[in-house]
Parts: sequence; C-alpha cells; structure tokens
Amino acid sequence: MMETLYSNLAIFVLALLVGVEVIGKIPSTLHTPMMSGSNAIHGVVIAGAVVTASLADSPTGYILTFIAGAFAAANVFGGYVVTDRILKMFTRPTPPKKADTTTTEDAS
Amino acid sequence: MTGFQFLVGILYLLSASLFVVGLHMMRAPATARNGNRISAIGMVIAVLATIVLALVVDGGEWIAWVALTAGVLVGAVFGVYRARTVKMTDVPQLVSVFNAVGGSAAAAIAFAAFILATSSDPLELTVSIPVVLDVLIGSITFSGSLIAAGKLQGIIPGNPVTFPGSRLLNALVALIALGASVAAVMLPHNTLLLLVVLVTALILGILMVLAIGGADAPVVVSLLNALTGLAVAMAGFAIDNQALIIAGALVGAAGTILTLQMAQAMNRSVLSIIVGGFGTGETTATAGPADEDLTNVRSLTSDDVAIQLAYAQHVLIVPGYGLAAAQAQHEVAELAALLMAHNIDVKYAIHPVAGRMPGHMNVLLAEANVPYEQMLQLDEANAAFDNCDVALVIGANDVCNPDARKPGNAVSGMPILDADHAKAVVVIKRSMRPGYAGITNPLFTDPKTGMLFADAKKALKDITVAVKEYVSA
Repeated sequence: MMETLYSNLAIFVLALLVGVEVIGKIPSTLHTPMMSGSNAIHGVVIAGAVVTASLADSPTGYILTFIAGAFAAANVFGGYVVTDRILKMFTRPTPPKKADTTTTEDAS
Repeated sequence: MTGFQFLVGILYLLSASLFVVGLHMMRAPATARNGNRISAIGMVIAVLATIVLALVVDGGEWIAWVALTAGVLVGAVFGVYRARTVKMTDVPQLVSVFNAVGGSAAAAIAFAAFILATSSDPLELTVSIPVVLDVLIGSITFSGSLIAAGKLQGIIPGNPVTFPGSRLLNALVALIALGASVAAVMLPHNTLLLLVVLVTALILGILMVLAIGGADAPVVVSLLNALTGLAVAMAGFAIDNQALIIAGALVGAAGTILTLQMAQAMNRSVLSIIVGGFGTGETTATAGPADEDLTNVRSLTSDDVAIQLAYAQHVLIVPGYGLAAAQAQHEVAELAALLMAHNIDVKYAIHPVAGRMPGHMNVLLAEANVPYEQMLQLDEANAAFDNCDVALVIGANDVCNPDARKPGNAVSGMPILDADHAKAVVVIKRSMRPGYAGITNPLFTDPKTGMLFADAKKALKDITVAVKEYVSA
C-alpha cells in the first residue's frame, strides 16, 4: 500500500512540476484557450467515472455513477469543443494579410 | 501487476505525454489548435484504456454500465450544445460551469469509492485521506464555480455580498468542514460524517465566492480551475488511477500559475482576493466623487476623434473591460481596418487582465478577425507607445493609470500600459466613474487627453462613420 502511495505521490509531484514548466511559457495572449484547454483535460475524470461504474454494486453507487458520468462528460466534451472553437479564430489570419500589414508598417 | 495492467499503465503514460505535448503546443497560435486535438487524442486513449481495464478486471454490473452510458449521453449533449452556442463574451462563465461539473464528478467518484470501501475492508489512510480531501475540494469547487458563473452572467449581483457576521459564519462553516474532515479520516468509515463534509463544503464554496467582487471573478475562475485539477488528482489517488493523478496535477499547476500571474497583473495578493473587501467595489462608492475633476476634462465629439485618428500615423488601441461589456469587438476591428486601409498603422495594446478572464480580450479580438500579429502584449505595447500618435483607450481604467508608478495608492506597483507616453490620448468611457480599484486616473485629466463619453459600441460606430466621411471628402 505504501509503495503504491509513494509512486502515485511521485507521479503527482512530477506532473505538477511539468505543468508549471509548460504553462509558464505560454504568452498571455493565449491564456484563455490555454485555460479552456486545461479545463478540458480535467475532464479525464470521466475515466474515473468508468472505474466507478465497474465497481458500483448498490443503488447509491449507480446514482453516483450516473452523476459522475454526466458531469464528467459535460466537462470533457464541452471543454474540447469550446477550446477548438476559440483556437479556430486564432488561426484564421492568412499569410497575405500579414504581408500587407508589414508593408504598411515599412511605408509609414 | 499483471501484464495487462502494465499495458494499461503504458497507455496512460502515452496519454499523459500527449496532454503535455498538447499544452506545450498552445504557446503559439499556429500550433495551438493541433495542440488541443493532440490533447483530445490523449483523452480518448486514457478513456478507452480505462474502459478495457474495467471490463476485463472488474467486469461490473450491467445496471452500473447503463447508468454510466445514460449519464455520459446526457452530459455530452449538454456540453457540446453549450460549447457550440456560447458567445465568446460568455466563455468565462462556461469555463466556470465546466469547473463546477468537473469538481463534482471528482467528488462523486470519491464518494462512491468511500461507500464501496465501507462494505468491504476497513478503510486505509491512503484511501480515506484523498477521499475526504476530494469531497471537500470538489464540493467547494462545485458550488463556488456556479456562484462565479452566476456573477459573470449577471444572475447574481457582481458586488461582494456580505452581511454582518458573514466572516464569523465563514470561519464557523470552515471549522465544521475541517473538523468533520479530520473525523472522517480518523474514525471508522462513517457515511454521515462524509455527508457533513459535503454539505459544509458546498456552503463554504457559496459563501466564499459570494463575498468576492465581480471584478475579481476572473481570478476566482482561474483559482477554481486549479482546485478542480486538484480534486481530479485526489480522485486519482482514491481509486489508484494514474491518468487522473497526472492530468489533475497538470491542470492544478496551470490554474495556480495563471491565478498568480493574474493577481500580480492586478497587484493583489491571492489571499486578499479570496478574503474579499479591499477594492472590490465597496471602496468605489466612497472614493473621490469626480466632480471637481470635470473642470480639467476635455470632452470630445466623435468627429474630433475621427480627425485625430485620420491624421495619425501610428495608433494604439487599448481595449478594456468596457469594450468587452459593450461587446464592441467587431466595431473596433472595423474602425481599425478602415484606418489601416488608409495607411495608418494600427495595433492593439492588451493588458493581461483586460476582459473577463486571462487573455479574454485576445479571444474577443480574434473573434472579430483581428490578426494575432496586431495584438501587442504588455512589454511590446509599452515600447510602442513612445512612437504612438494617438492612444485610443476604450473602456479601460486601472490598466492605464499612471498613478501605478507612484507609491501609496490602490494600484501602486501594478504593471500598466503606458498610454500616457503617446503624443495624444483619446478615452472612450461612459462617465468619469473610477474603475474597480476605486481611484481617479490622472490620465483622464492630462492636457493631451480628450474624453469621449459614450457607450463603446455606439462611439466606435460614430467614429467609423465620421472617419469614412472625412477620408472620402
């Protein structure tokens, strides 16, 4: 039991550090999609709902499974879809338009 | 560990790597969308691996699988529908709602694990501690996020809701929640105790976020995002699932970093935001009625502004909360496009806390087709102000208050946009009312500043019409 706890704790702490390292480098311009994207990632709790379903053996367990499944699914599906929608707008600028603005800058 | 469990572990490792790579790719707009998809692929792998593992190892009862499928269908339909239909100005509320459901899903999983343990072995500390922490954090996140979403949506008043003895009540509820938590961990498994933890944590979340001003709601959303991540990680500890631990920790770290960055950009400590009170609207009412200032204010018409803009070479637009509230992102983009068509260089100077969540202003401008290259971050923008003919400040207050450079006031030390370094400044604002910091802004009374008192959307439309007439004449 202690062994499992230790390896889980190690994974937890290392993941925290990786998170800090990765997120710290994201420009403030992209903070909303990043937050929305990380929001979608905590939808992984849906995997927890699956585990709960496999273990549930009482009416309370079934109800909790339903709640966990519904909430987690809203989180994971909604999170990825809305993040994709936001990022679609960020990738829209086309190269020719970019060339235009730079020439304007040079001319002025 | 069987060979099969080992294989599932490897798949979890793969999906965790995809989450990290996906987040990493969100550092540039060109790769961000693919980053999100890579993260989604990681999610699919994690979930499929878990389903196969659960079916092979535990099997489970068919009623539970039906309950799960029904729940997932309901949740997925709701989530996708909201994600597709939400207005970009309302994204912070939606993120908050997703925090709420994520946190409560984690709490539900912990609760289920607890009930299951009750019927079998005595509860080990390695299970009971994460279970209780999860129920505690998950419940606070659930009720707190719903209140935050309500505030952002305007269903719940944006000003801090406090009443006599509210702090005492908070402390009392927190104490009961903590006491029940400790008891639930130490005593033999007792569902009633865990229910007390659940209910008090729900109340605590409500009280905590109710007391926070609407202007601080973005920071709170970010903080609750971090807490949701932690709740998910705790659920992972409770059911010994590494995918949940890793993903939860990643999100926890992300939310924490963003919360700290936002608090720093507002020159506030996270603690002072949570405790509420200072600069959250209460002081706005008492701080400096701006009457005497009006004598020094130069009021402009939209024609005046149009002429100034049409004669400029370099224009920097400073969009603020007022622009977001008026949903005037399309109007400002139209004006900028018109100016650019006449060889005027237009860029946007964006403060990290402009809008309703970190980077929200950039999303609103992106929605209006403003190219990413035209959005300057704080440092780039401040370098550009020295060469700027007109700074067009739209509904922004504290983020361009030069008093932040002086000590001894509410915004001292806060990083600001140096709009006052521009040759001329135009401020579009509905009134002289101070921003949420509750102090006057000397930029507005500066001799080189002109004020256009109007709603951002209407003002920008008027200016655009005036510029068109002016340049075609």
